[in-house]
Amino acid sequence: MKNLPTLFCGIFFALAFSFSGLILTGHIQLGGLEPSTETLVPSDDDPNVMVMEEGQTRYPLPLSGIAQQGKQVYIELGCIYCHTQQIRRPGFGADIERGWGLRQTVARDYVRQDRVLLGTMRTGPDLAHVGGRYAGDAGRDWNHLHLYNPQTVSPGSTMPPYPFLYETREIINEPSPKALDFPADSEYAPPPGYEIVPTRRAEALVEYLLSLRVDYSLPEAPIPE
Amino acid sequence: MSNESHRISPSTNPYSSEDGSVRAELSAIDASIRTAALFFVVSAIGWLMIGTVLALMAAFKSHDPDFLGAYEWLTFGRVRSAHLNAMAFGWANNVIFAVGLWIMARLCRSTVDHKGILLIAGISWNIGVTIGVLGILRGEITSVEWLEIPQYATPMLALSYALIGVWGVMAFRFRKGDHVYVSQWYILAALFWFPWLYIVAQAMIIWFPARGVVQAVVNWWFAHNVLGLWLTPMALATVYYVIPKVLGRPIHSYYLSVLGFWSLAIFYNWAGMHHLIGGPVPVWLVSAGIVASVMMVIPVIVVGLNHHMTVVGRHREVWRSPTLRFAVFGAISYTITSLIGSSMALRSVNEVTHFTHFTVGHAHQGVYAFFTMVMFGGVYYMMPRLLKREWPSAGLISLHFWAASIGITIMIVALHVGGWIQGLQMNNSEIPFIETVENTVPWLKARSVSGLLLTVGHVAFAINFFWMLFAAGAVRSRQEPTLLTKERKPV
Repeated sequence: MKNLPTLFCGIFFALAFSFSGLILTGHIQLGGLEPSTETLVPSDDDPNVMVMEEGQTRYPLPLSGIAQQGKQVYIELGCIYCHTQQIRRPGFGADIERGWGLRQTVARDYVRQDRVLLGTMRTGPDLAHVGGRYAGDAGRDWNHLHLYNPQTVSPGSTMPPYPFLYETREIINEPSPKALDFPADSEYAPPPGYEIVPTRRAEALVEYLLSLRVDYSLPEAPIPE
Repeated sequence: MSNESHRISPSTNPYSSEDGSVRAELSAIDASIRTAALFFVVSAIGWLMIGTVLALMAAFKSHDPDFLGAYEWLTFGRVRSAHLNAMAFGWANNVIFAVGLWIMARLCRSTVDHKGILLIAGISWNIGVTIGVLGILRGEITSVEWLEIPQYATPMLALSYALIGVWGVMAFRFRKGDHVYVSQWYILAALFWFPWLYIVAQAMIIWFPARGVVQAVVNWWFAHNVLGLWLTPMALATVYYVIPKVLGRPIHSYYLSVLGFWSLAIFYNWAGMHHLIGGPVPVWLVSAGIVASVMMVIPVIVVGLNHHMTVVGRHREVWRSPTLRFAVFGAISYTITSLIGSSMALRSVNEVTHFTHFTVGHAHQGVYAFFTMVMFGGVYYMMPRLLKREWPSAGLISLHFWAASIGITIMIVALHVGGWIQGLQMNNSEIPFIETVENTVPWLKARSVSGLLLTVGHVAFAINFFWMLFAAGAVRSRQEPTLLTKERKPV
């Protein structure tokens, strides 16, 4: 191997091989994937061809504006380094048995995401369906207490606290309706006369977490009955 | 035993090559790259120290979440990522630019001309990394693994890299002599592969995001190949260079070298898909990654065998030479970590190790126990030749070696065992999740202890380095190479 052109060709084609095999082929297969209705119906023209039903909702749904802002907070804080957003199939790991999701996630679940946050580390639990696990006002309250200081609702957790997403302030006249509702005798509650209220970033982040739910079927990934 | 087997090659002593013309030529090459190489090593050591401090913070936070918990810019996700980028793009790339380009210039027997441009490119690379790491701490982190540096800093990095990498290619283009040594293949290939990987990953994830999980495919094609097609070839090139140099004995087999190089080039770049096992990507992509990961056994065994056969019977010299003690530790780690990596790609093993601290341990075995240890060896070899003076303290080298080797061993064992238990428990839904978290804490504390040991080693290294750089007269006048044990009298 004394010859620069020969050596260089080998070096070039070695990487070109996987670049076309993985990246380009992967892109051809998945790069045009679109949201879909939950089930398909036979086409009017050709009953052997399955098509999406007219007028049905197409999943995954787009994020709301505030949830999109919350995703940015999720990115800024590096949540991905301890939390995945992918549910593995039954029989491979215990994701579904742990209640982290209703079904495995598939490529189509991510097609609306401008940044895909699959993650590779589960220092904490998976969050692909966390909005289904902690839903509504109860879920919102839980998430705020948990983010302010995880020990409040999850003693023994190694998750960092995010006090900088909250404001501790003196109660003037009426307490804020948004103030965190600590459990009675919680050692993390603010002193009497003070309250802890979420900043806009905390509110956005929690709305994002609440929006994370894989509670719809896709043709290739139905939720089992 | 003959006298020969007890002697370290004269080439360890920068002043005493037998052939005067060879010595003069190497000396001219060393002189031409000295300023740039010194700049890169000093930067590398600076980043190593910064990366170490960030690593310690992240390590303590992982078992004591309230530690520095009130500061947003020091939250775990950012400190951990700042650590990774400081080490990967600060320490690793700078030390590669120093040692890799120096080896390339020497092997090509070509002096580095227009070195001012190389120096400017090096300065702008380091400014780019600084902006990037500060950006991560400020919250402009991308949350794309191994590509956390904010978008605005990356064009500067790409441009600086192009101006640095081209020197290696130019050295090769204008090389003298007929023979091309195995280290040159690795360095030339890596210099070309790294920008391709980086630009594709930046383009398809950050600048013009591909749809959905295609991003994840690109992400792991990039991130795994940074290790396999950038750090690994550079470290192997260094091992291939320093072993024969120090022992004065040629590499065991040319054919094994060829086989090892091309099998790495062909298989490694498919392997990254094993990071997506069980994930929402087509199964064929993952299977391709698993096949390639298992095929990696070939280059690993071949290279391991080739290195082993070259040093066999000369273990005392390996132990005496600071360069080889580090480089051979790294080479052995390469074999071990790669074989563990191949087995981690099997679905049944991956089901346990995926998403756990096992993977973190594995990454540190690759990047630290292999790459970083080899590069320490490379710096121990290069500096006396660049500065024409010896390392001031054998004791500090010894301390560096023991702190680093014991420290990294503790970390690897703790994270592998702790991670394996974590994986088994995570896959057993009868164990509450919070219990699996609590059970990792003792292992994470052991990791922090190992971090403290590594810090001791890095401080010893830095003290010795700067002592040498700003050496007092006593150090300057030393003629004998600094070795770690006394030479035994020939029988």
